[in-house]
Amino acid sequence: MNTQSETASPMAEEIRLKEMARTLRRHVLTMAEIVGQGYVGQGLGISDLLSVLYFHEMRYDPKHPLWPDRDRFILSIGHYAIGLYAALAEAGIIPLEEIGTYGRDGSRLEMSAPETTPGVEITGGSLGHGLSQSVGMAIGLRHQGRPSRIFNLLSDGECEEGATWEAAMAGAHYKLGNLYAFIDCNNQQADGPPSTIMNIEPLHKKWDAFGWHTQRINGNDVGAILEAIAVARKVEDRPHAIVLDTLMGKGVTVFEQREKNHFIRVDADEWSVARKQLEERSL
Amino acid sequence: MNPMLAKSPPRGVAGNTLTSDTGSATAIAQAPFGHALARAAEKNPRIVGLTADLGKYTDMHVFAEKFPQRFFQMGMAEQSLIGCAAGMARTGLIPFATTYCVFATRRAYDFIAIGVALGRANVKIIAGLPGLTTSYGGTHQGIEDLALMSSIPNLTVIDPCDATEIEQATQAIADYEGPVYMRLLRGQVPVVLDPENYQFEIGKAKILAEGGDVAIISTGLMTGRALDAAKALDAEGIHASVLHLSTLKPFDRETVSSLISRVPAVVTAENHFQHGGLGSAVADLAADSGLKMRLKRVGIPDCFCDSGSLPYLADRYSMGATHIAQAAREALR
Repeated sequence: MNTQSETASPMAEEIRLKEMARTLRRHVLTMAEIVGQGYVGQGLGISDLLSVLYFHEMRYDPKHPLWPDRDRFILSIGHYAIGLYAALAEAGIIPLEEIGTYGRDGSRLEMSAPETTPGVEITGGSLGHGLSQSVGMAIGLRHQGRPSRIFNLLSDGECEEGATWEAAMAGAHYKLGNLYAFIDCNNQQADGPPSTIMNIEPLHKKWDAFGWHTQRINGNDVGAILEAIAVARKVEDRPHAIVLDTLMGKGVTVFEQREKNHFIRVDADEWSVARKQLEERSL
Repeated sequence: MNPMLAKSPPRGVAGNTLTSDTGSATAIAQAPFGHALARAAEKNPRIVGLTADLGKYTDMHVFAEKFPQRFFQMGMAEQSLIGCAAGMARTGLIPFATTYCVFATRRAYDFIAIGVALGRANVKIIAGLPGLTTSYGGTHQGIEDLALMSSIPNLTVIDPCDATEIEQATQAIADYEGPVYMRLLRGQVPVVLDPENYQFEIGKAKILAEGGDVAIISTGLMTGRALDAAKALDAEGIHASVLHLSTLKPFDRETVSSLISRVPAVVTAENHFQHGGLGSAVADLAADSGLKMRLKRVGIPDCFCDSGSLPYLADRYSMGATHIAQAAREALR
């Protein structure tokens, strides 16, 4: 099971999760420094959500990653693997020391997460796959009477994929209250901001019109994420879309300020600056 | 006569609206896939069915009526169909997902390759209207699906020849742990193989006729026509073997090698584009193994085909029993 503390006060729990998000960000920097570049902006940006999911909300057993009744985190955006590996290592699903192999030849921790790695449920990365597989899992688990929930992370850019909306239709049609889709809006896809590449807004209205129980929050606010999930849990006959406005590189000023930060190249002397900024940032 | 071939009187519903002309059939079976799936599902509660608005047209309705709680209509959305099936498989279910060959392979290719095959999700894709089995034209004729599906690692690819084989293969792939793409003959389907004496096995080609002059290697509904061609050739004193190879992948190299090393000429017959399917696999094997042979391929030429009746199409694109026999004569020249 995860380390969720049922008895902690809400304020203490929030502080614990914010500290955990900082720990995940440390791991992200460790991995990114090994390869000298990469999806560090995405990893830092999504650490708050991963902290809430893996260390508060989800039911799983790190010793038995395939426990049939586990809640499942489905990473559609495979290149966010750097963030997922940080959570899996901290949760004890993969050894903490293994993050040192991230992106290296022969490592299980490929830059885009493969399902052969423990804790990685699907092979994402070909964008637009995650939500339909999540819908299938949510149907399948409910059909078998399992209590498991599905937490799918997809990106703003993936809302340009037709398959995302095919799956959105199916999720609402089958009234999948056990399905949560987090849409990470960091306003940066490979060629630039979605507003200039292919406008996807208004996302809240779109998910709502597709029949999803929809909320839009600051995705770097641990308290807001906790509250949104608590609100969503009360709605049982619709799938849940939680649109997260996030900041790429969150927690590290030099990365937050990068203009083109989909795939960051980092100079060797910047890493110590980045670490210092992460530790100095107030919760 | 080979005991594997059907000799029983007609069973099931016969009629004049055959969706597949398979040559030397002696009987007709109604919706063999749907009934076989329902039988398999009685024994195995993990089996579920999905379709993309083609339940009635892929014989899935038989299953859906019997097991409404285990049937999932996904609407006209093939990426969602395959993606959801992959997700269901990852929860321990055995999803059978139906649509037409063209829609499964052209519209949902990435979902089959990455969502299903890469991680060996236990999904069975059942695809109707293979090759020239519809009076619609290029939009509905699955002429290159075997090439596309055979190019995907981990995927088993099957093209059954008749009702007997569809029934047996449906049970076999339900029992097999891994992703499968199987072509479907739907509706009133001819019976070519004797269900008492034929036994489908994944990855095993079967000799249906023995003859030392020429080998006809066929797959799918072309096997019925190959048997007719063999009879015609026999009357001329040309003795043909007929090897029915319903599993395109994994390819039964052993049986094919053994056969083509014994005859001077080979004809391949497939309800598919002449390249990238059975004919290419046989040619690859011969080249790789240094086996010398003359090869003639019967299959769909490099074009999008007209619409028309099935006999018209078979004739127009040289896909009938007479064309297989003629190819054998030419190969022996």
